[in-house]
Amino acid sequence: MKTDQIDRKILNLIQAGFPISPEPYREIGDALGISEENALARIGNMVDSGLIRRLGAIFDSKKLGCHSTLCAMQVEESRIDEVAAVVNSYPGVTHNYLREHQLNMWFTATAQSIEDLEQMLNQIKTETGINDILSLPAEKIFKIRVNFALD
Amino acid sequence: MLSEQDRQIIIELQKGLPLASRPFRLMGERLHLSEETIIKRIAFLKGSGLIRRFGAAVRHRDLGIKANAMVVWDVPGYKTDEAGGIMAGFKEVSHCYQRPRYQGWPYNLFTMVHGRTRDECIRTAEQISIATGIKKYELLFSTAELKKTSMRYFE
Repeated sequence: MKTDQIDRKILNLIQAGFPISPEPYREIGDALGISEENALARIGNMVDSGLIRRLGAIFDSKKLGCHSTLCAMQVEESRIDEVAAVVNSYPGVTHNYLREHQLNMWFTATAQSIEDLEQMLNQIKTETGINDILSLPAEKIFKIRVNFALD
Repeated sequence: MLSEQDRQIIIELQKGLPLASRPFRLMGERLHLSEETIIKRIAFLKGSGLIRRFGAAVRHRDLGIKANAMVVWDVPGYKTDEAGGIMAGFKEVSHCYQRPRYQGWPYNLFTMVHGRTRDECIRTAEQISIATGIKKYELLFSTAELKKTSMRYFE
């Protein structure tokens, strides 16, 4: 979708600090000199077009008691669709990317316990017949930033 | 740890904030809670860090930030904190984690580097290399996004 200057200002504003107050869209409008209706319509358009993937909360999965890891596996070119279908079928797999490397499929897996996480990875190994999955859980976090500043 | 009320609020939040003038009042109506309670609890969850960020998750590929590389670094153990701190200081780096090494996988620091083009990512990695003194690294460009969703913690 095509965005204009005001859309981008809205995005900058609501990626980091969406107002947690009774009339948030009015506040966003006030901050940018547009009406509440206009702010709502613009945000609605960006949600509909998929530019805004989600409006809500990003949770700290660790603080919610979850365990997660980054996984890497080597998948033959001809099997990528089939293996991706298996991997993506798990709700605990939230991200999956193909990358230019011998280890070409990289996905994140999250579960309520370490045992559940191991079981998920074992099931993926069984279903795909690919037994080598590197599991690389974060040992230390130096930075997490998920918002992007737009000009 | 989490109260049933907070669990319910998290379930509602996972569905996305309503696009209406009083979104928190609408959420409250669904849960038989007041708008004030909803706002207070969300603010508390945010303050306690359970909610890491409250707002819009944006599909940045649609915004012209099209190239992204996972840059992996082989950093000697004694240097990881220093190097991790320097990497985190780059605005092009969105995530920086330390992860375990394996046989055949020598890399222990991971950075997500974003740019408008591949060249921008390559240049950023070069700058990080100069700033940290870490010479052994690889760029893993993504060629396809096969899945990207948000975790549903409770159903």
